[in-house]
Amino acid sequence: MAVDNKTVFDRPVALRDVVTHYCPGCTHGVIHRIVSEVLDELGLRERTCGVAPVGCSVLCYNYYNCDFMEAPHGRAPALATGFKRMRPDMIVFTYQGDGDLASIGMGEIVHAANRGEKFTTIFVNNAIYGMTGGQMAPTTLQGQVTTTCPVGRDTSMTGQPIRMAELLSALATPAYIERVAVHHPKYILQAKKAIRKAFRLQRDNKCYTLIEVLSTCPTNWGNTPGEATEWLDDNMMKYFPLGCYKDFQEDDSGS
Amino acid sequence: MAKVLMKGNEAIAEAALRAGAEGYFCYPITPQTEVAEYLSKRMPEVGGVFLQGESELAVANMLFGAASTGKRIFTTSSSPGISLMQEAISYMAGAELPAVIINIMRGGPGLGGILPAQSDYFQAVKGGGHGDYRVLVLAPSTVQEAVDLTMLSFHLADKYRNPVMLIGDGMIGQMMEAVEFPDDYQEPELPSSSEWAATGAEGREARIIKSLFLDPTGLEDNSWKLDRKYRQMIKEEVRSEKYKISKTNKVLIVAYGTMARICQTAIDELEEEGISVGLFRPISLFPFPEQEIFKEATKANIKSVLTIEMSTGQMVEDVQKVVQGKKPVEFYGRTGGIVPTPDEVKEQVRGIVSKKKTSGKSRKKT
Amino acid sequence: MPGITIDKDHCKGCELCVQACPQRILAMSKDITVRGYYYAQLADPSRCIGCRICALVCPDVAIEVNTHGLMFELFDY
Repeated sequence: MAVDNKTVFDRPVALRDVVTHYCPGCTHGVIHRIVSEVLDELGLRERTCGVAPVGCSVLCYNYYNCDFMEAPHGRAPALATGFKRMRPDMIVFTYQGDGDLASIGMGEIVHAANRGEKFTTIFVNNAIYGMTGGQMAPTTLQGQVTTTCPVGRDTSMTGQPIRMAELLSALATPAYIERVAVHHPKYILQAKKAIRKAFRLQRDNKCYTLIEVLSTCPTNWGNTPGEATEWLDDNMMKYFPLGCYKDFQEDDSGS
Repeated sequence: MAKVLMKGNEAIAEAALRAGAEGYFCYPITPQTEVAEYLSKRMPEVGGVFLQGESELAVANMLFGAASTGKRIFTTSSSPGISLMQEAISYMAGAELPAVIINIMRGGPGLGGILPAQSDYFQAVKGGGHGDYRVLVLAPSTVQEAVDLTMLSFHLADKYRNPVMLIGDGMIGQMMEAVEFPDDYQEPELPSSSEWAATGAEGREARIIKSLFLDPTGLEDNSWKLDRKYRQMIKEEVRSEKYKISKTNKVLIVAYGTMARICQTAIDELEEEGISVGLFRPISLFPFPEQEIFKEATKANIKSVLTIEMSTGQMVEDVQKVVQGKKPVEFYGRTGGIVPTPDEVKEQVRGIVSKKKTSGKSRKKT
Repeated sequence: MPGITIDKDHCKGCELCVQACPQRILAMSKDITVRGYYYAQLADPSRCIGCRICALVCPDVAIEVNTHGLMFELFDY
């Protein structure tokens, strides 16, 4: 009995076959793949428009094989709002880093979530500004060294890192908000489940969805890709616990 | 259609709908909030999108997103709010997105005041955001013209795939006048926006609506491409109006918007005193009517040019640039919400005609 | 027999797959690619169980997993 050779893991259609600019070991690449797989599996690629932030992942529009808009720093949720309101039949997602979403764009993300805008946000939290070379971000941990807190973040002067999943979950408007991670295979499985659920809820026009994804930044954390996964596991997971912070109940669908 | 008495702000709102606007994003700010109040009722009636955002900054970025769908969208605000929109306007110009932004100007700088002014000329005409871009700027002087120019703005925004700004002062927004909306509004044919909009990569390559060009040659190419559009605007979109311009004119007044209307009254009254004055009214502030002003200003019979604005003097610099010193260019201005009266205009003209006036900026007698 | 193919032109030598492989059969090459990276290689193809974990963790989608009918189904993904 000839046993056919089946490919059980391959590049999704929604992810272009190009080498990315991301640093070796940067888990942006894993998140890009997961989102693209979900777009393929739900058959959404051809009616999707993504919104790129300003940051390392601004160039994600060169990797995602769907229509894209490039937003001013922090304003992706506003672009997504404007687009989705005009084209509620299309799938819209913003892909943002922690500087983009939790710092300059805090106003936009809070209000978009609170209005219950029917788009999905993939919020990549790597506790640092990547593109500009490793500065302190709103999610930088206490004592974490960056180029703008060279002796470690002094939270008595700069405040505590911001837990976005929890913060946005305090909003009353129905939403599905979960924090996941991608630095270990078992978390990658959970991350994909959550991202698929978020896009499914959007496809079914239910509510605002945001997935916060803890991610590594070996170059600016100053360690190897392998060490970065361990640093994330030991430090970020404690301060940013994974889990579903707001789940969507069917009866909430009043909005 | 019959004439109807309407407040400027509401007439502008209705005009936008008649021009096919399908989305309006707004934030309350005096003196133009009635546009939002009107459209919060009307937009749903026509099946369009009405959304009040959390700030003008967010609203301008919603405009970017909405424009990327290829549909006609617009916003209205006033001076401080327009300042918050400048970054997004620069991005829309860089990404070649059509959008209409209407500024019902109030006194500035800072929180300034809520009364009419023309102090945002530089911001509008010289480009309030960063980078090599321009915005096509139109300035109505009556509520009817505000209706006509609002409708025209949507066509020009689509024609050039560039933001178009309409600037009127608080009076244009707050005044009530009889207006008429065209019955069957016709526009010259334009290519469909579906050729560039983000409509979903079905049966075609994905599209990226962006303004980032990390490769300098890419950015330069894009900037020169934008510049060609602005050259075309300068060639095709200059609009102006002349009032009582004749060989007997001693003085040429250059004024726009509400200020021009006040000057017309002064001109009529001066005529009775035997003083002949002509008015040149730019309707497009970018592209600025340079040749036309030069032609009128340098006529032999013109003794002096007088620019009058509801500001401390902004358009006057462009008039001076155009006239190139061939004739003296005087300025008279009131600002902060104070509107010059016809008598003040007449006094300025009399001063020029009787040579008692020295050139340069003259202020309200303090 | 399950196996993987690694596109060495996509590999950036981050070694996340080497660290994650439950069979400990991935290793880095001795030579470098045109981009200057060492790349991951399957040191012992016979012991690959086709579990896909290496492909899961790869940030650059450089690993394709093929099975010849036999696959050790650990999880659905």
